[in-house]
Amino acid sequence: MCLAVPGRVLDIGEKDGTRMATVDFGGVQKEVCLEYLPDLQVGEYAIVHVGFALQRLDEESAKQTLELFAQLGMLQEEFGDPWEQAAAAGGDPWPFADDPGPEPEPTPVLAAPQEEVQP
Amino acid sequence: MKYIEEFQDPALARRLLDDIHATVTRPWALMEVCGGQTHTIIRHGIDQLLPELVELIHGPGCPVCVTPLEVIDKALEIASRPDVIFCSFGDMLRVPGTGRDLFQVRSEGGDVRVVYSPLDALRIAQENPKHQVVFFGIGFETTAPPNAMTVHQAKKLGIPNFSLLVSHVRVPPAIEAIMQSPSCRVQGFLAAGHVCSVMGVREYPELAARHRVPIVVTGFEPLDILEGVRRAVRQLERGEHTVDNAYARAVRPEGNPAALAMLEDVFEVTDRAWRGIGVIPDSGWRLSERYRDFDAEHRFSVTGINTREPAECRSGEVLQGLLKPHECEAFGTLCTPRSPLGATMVSSEGACAAYYLYRRLELGTVPAAATAPTAASAPLEASPVV
Ligand code: SF4
Repeated sequence: MCLAVPGRVLDIGEKDGTRMATVDFGGVQKEVCLEYLPDLQVGEYAIVHVGFALQRLDEESAKQTLELFAQLGMLQEEFGDPWEQAAAAGGDPWPFADDPGPEPEPTPVLAAPQEEVQP
Repeated sequence: MKYIEEFQDPALARRLLDDIHATVTRPWALMEVCGGQTHTIIRHGIDQLLPELVELIHGPGCPVCVTPLEVIDKALEIASRPDVIFCSFGDMLRVPGTGRDLFQVRSEGGDVRVVYSPLDALRIAQENPKHQVVFFGIGFETTAPPNAMTVHQAKKLGIPNFSLLVSHVRVPPAIEAIMQSPSCRVQGFLAAGHVCSVMGVREYPELAARHRVPIVVTGFEPLDILEGVRRAVRQLERGEHTVDNAYARAVRPEGNPAALAMLEDVFEVTDRAWRGIGVIPDSGWRLSERYRDFDAEHRFSVTGINTREPAECRSGEVLQGLLKPHECEAFGTLCTPRSPLGATMVSSEGACAAYYLYRRLELGTVPAAATAPTAASAPLEASPVV
C-alpha cells in the first residue's frame, strides 16, 4: 500500500469538479486524481499512490521502475485481487459462498515472461 | 556476491559497492525508515553485500505494522455492523486484531470491501445512500493527502454517509523518538523517498543538526538504496551530518505544495500510539475541527474494547530496530504469514514478513515444500499478504 507506482497519463477529464485521468501502469489502467499535480499532461509520467498522482517523473526512470516492479511481481501485488491474495497468504480456499470469487484482473503486460526469441 | 547479477544495472551496483567498501573505515549503523526499503534490502541481499562495518537497522516505516491494535479492533467492530460497508486497502485484511481480522469479519457476513483508492470508497457511499460507508484511513505522509482529499470531497459534495477511521502517522517525530531512546544505535538515516515526495525535506535539517545524524532521502529500488548508503557513509566518515537528497527524480525540496495545503486544511497534528512502540508526541494526524463530522470514531461510539497483544510478539522491538525478526523466538514457528502473531509478519512492508519470505531457506525455519520466490515465478502465493 505504501508503494507508489509510476504510470503514464492516457487521457484527462473531470468528475464531480475534480481533475481525473486514466493512467496506464505497464498494462493495467486506473482512474487517477490529478488535483495534486494539476498541470500534468497527457503522455507525461507521474508517481501514483492509491489513485493520486503525487510527483512528476521522467519517462526513462518511470519505465525502468515499472520494469523492475514487473520483474519482482510488485505490480501483481499492487493491482491483483486483494481477497485472493489474502486468502492465499492465509492458506485458505476462496471463502465467500455468496460470491463467485475474484474476476481476473488484466495481467500487467510488463509482467509477462519474456520469451527468448531465437534468430 | 551471489545477488548482484540480479540488480537492474549490475555494473553500476558494483561501482557503488566498491565505493562504499573503499570509503568505510569504522563501524556505522544506518536505519532505513521505510518498510519498502527493508523489503528491497532483504530481497536483494544488500545487507550481505555491504562491508561488515556497515549495519542496516530496520525502521518503523510500515503503516500497516504500526497501526495500534486498538484501532484495528475498532475497525473490526465497525465493520461487523449490519448497516456498515467497511472499505480498506488490501494490506489490512489479515492484520490481526484481538482474536480476528477483517478477512474473518467478511467471512462472518460483514460487508468489507477492498478499494484501490479512497475515492472508490466515496463512490461506494454515493451509490449506497442507505448504508454508512467507512474508509480505513491509515498510512504515512504519502497516503494522508489522498485521504484528506477524499474527506474534502465528501464535504464539498455533501455525502453524509461517508466517514474516515483515521490512524495517520508522521515520520519525523518517529525519527525523533528513535534518537531519544537510550538504546539507540542509529548514526544515520535513509529517509523514505515517497514520504518526501509529498512533504519535501524541510522537516529534516533541524533533526539532522540537533542529533548530528546524516539524513539521506532515498528511493527504494536496489540501486537507490546502495546510493543512499554510499552518501550516508561518506558523510559519517567525514564527520558531516546534513540532509542529502539522493532521490531527486521524485523528490523536490519543497515537496508537493497542493498536497501540503490540503493536509493542513483537513488534518491537525496529534499524539499517536504506534503498535508495539507506544505513544509518540505529535506523531500523527486527526481530522481537524471543520471535518469532525466525517470522523468515524465520532460517528460510531466504539467503546469497551479490550485489546490483547500476544505476549510472544516482539514486533515493538523489531520496529525500533532493537531486534532482528529472526531473533524473535516465535519467528517461523508460532508466527508465520499463515498464522501471524504481529502485523510485522503480515504486511507486505513488514520486516518479519521480509525475513520470512526471503531468508527462510537460509534460516532453516520452513516446511520443506516451500521454496524461495524467484523473479521468474510470480510470487503471489509466496507473498506475505498482498
Ligand atoms: S516474528 Fe512474529 S511474533 Fe516475532 S516479532 Fe515478528 S510478528 Fe511478532
